Amino acid sequence: MAMTITEKILAAHAGKKDVRPGELVDCSLDMVMANDITAPISIKEFEKVGATELFDGERVTFVLSHFVPTKDIRSAEQCGIVRQFARKHRMKYFFDEGRGGIEHILLPQEGLALPGDIVLGADSHSCTYGGLGCFSTGVGSTDLAAALITGRTWFKVPESMKFNFYGAARPWVTAKDMILHVIGLIGVDGATYRAMEFTGEAVRALSVDARLTLCNMAIEAGGKSGVVAPDETTLEYIKPRAKRAWKFYESDKDATYHSVHDIDMATLDLQVACPYSPDNVKPLDDVAGVDVDQVFIGSCTNARLEDLRIAASIMRGKKVAPYVRCIVIPATHEVFSQAMKEGLMQVFSDAGCAISEATCGPCLGGHNGVLGPEEVCVSTSNRNFPGRMGHPKAKVYLASPAVAAATAVVGRLARPEDVVGA
Amino acid sequence: MNLHGKAWKFGDNVDTDQIIPARYLVTSDAAELAEHCLEDTAPEFHKKVSVGDVMVGLKNFGCGSSREHAPIAIKGAGVSAVIAKSFARIFYRNSINLGLPLFETDAAERIAQNDILEINPITGEIKNLTKEETYQAQPLPPFAQEIMAAGGLMKYVAKQKGLRPR
Repeated sequence: MAMTITEKILAAHAGKKDVRPGELVDCSLDMVMANDITAPISIKEFEKVGATELFDGERVTFVLSHFVPTKDIRSAEQCGIVRQFARKHRMKYFFDEGRGGIEHILLPQEGLALPGDIVLGADSHSCTYGGLGCFSTGVGSTDLAAALITGRTWFKVPESMKFNFYGAARPWVTAKDMILHVIGLIGVDGATYRAMEFTGEAVRALSVDARLTLCNMAIEAGGKSGVVAPDETTLEYIKPRAKRAWKFYESDKDATYHSVHDIDMATLDLQVACPYSPDNVKPLDDVAGVDVDQVFIGSCTNARLEDLRIAASIMRGKKVAPYVRCIVIPATHEVFSQAMKEGLMQVFSDAGCAISEATCGPCLGGHNGVLGPEEVCVSTSNRNFPGRMGHPKAKVYLASPAVAAATAVVGRLARPEDVVGA
Repeated sequence: MNLHGKAWKFGDNVDTDQIIPARYLVTSDAAELAEHCLEDTAPEFHKKVSVGDVMVGLKNFGCGSSREHAPIAIKGAGVSAVIAKSFARIFYRNSINLGLPLFETDAAERIAQNDILEINPITGEIKNLTKEETYQAQPLPPFAQEIMAAGGLMKYVAKQKGLRPR
């Protein structure tokens, strides 16, 4: 029977020859992940039912990412619960500040999420890992607590939607523009319960960093998962990092899809999601010139090394515009460290950016850049619902690192060409 | 046993950042979270909601982050069920796992603020006593009803694994 990559991975982990959309399957899990906000509830539930052992110490990762370095006493107490649990269980994969970062960048970086895996994460952006060719999805803390004990969970096999990007990308157009365009096309519930499969020559041409960005925002269309079939690019990325064996799957040519969307890269320009929804997507030129108070370059969506390189290439030798502030937060400590070595941090610092250790921070209105009423922010993050980055009257525009960097220099929503020329 | 309560009507895409803003994610205490449920975008809700009340949304209820604090806050506020045209996937799973019943039906559009509702949680039949109408929602799938009957996912898992809950 012809199957999609998603169906093949689910079938393999359910011990079945094939599966069909709509079928409920009980699957083994290759990696189970939680962060400082979701893990405390999982730990409480784990201990409440009398569990004493993790199902497999090599297949559980806890990452302190959201409120670190701890922002107040209560977040310190919450992180403390996770830190104590990690010590008690001698957890191999526990990442604290200074060594970790945002989980969705960290797990691929550390070779803990791999092609062919099923990864379950207590964070909605756990769909990110699909960029490596695995099935990966977000759940809540209780689902995760059960998974910590059993190493298994149930799934309804999702239908797949195919997004086929053909042609070559225009200058400065990146994976962020591709995924914003898709969300604008199908809406914030356009892929609910479904897997989003990204294919085509323009996807093949993307780096792993960019593929992770593409899959990261599947959840913003309601998607259960996002996936890019693994290839040579994937192999090169995982080889020096993988902590376990991996397996490549790909969709059969005659697999069945809920729908197929063909997108011509020649017509895709820079995209922006306007307040107050990630599907309120417009071509940048339609909203160019909007005055901004803050620019945020960070988050699990767009704070990988490649993103920082793009932003720095625009900000080099320039200054952040008067009365505008720009916050740069590399996604992981390794990205931070590498960006230092490459001189990118010097570029940001010279431009007058505020720079911080890796954290989710302002993306969810946590700390390090929370917005006040009526403030306007251009952010490389993933959500702009009312109150997401702070005050419910703050306005957030979601864009790529290239657009964010240009906007910081110009002080208004701008194209990279406005700063570096065409 | 049927659920009975007053409707609180909301629109499309009631997301988890609205249900419980991130600044309160420093606790998982149900009573404390309930005090801040929807406080930024529907400030009256947490002050006036009564035990048994029913939240009614339209499309994509519970979209956004995976925070279980959202259904915990709703349950903590005393809400007995949520009705919507559609639910976001993670919120749907979380609610089942915590024992918060959800009902999916296009008839959510017919329900107005303050309508008195009576819901049969097994069959998914919803009576709008104010409007004297009856709607049929999708009942929860059998395995989900099994989890709810066990008292949530963790009790279900504990039983399967022969663990002794504390």
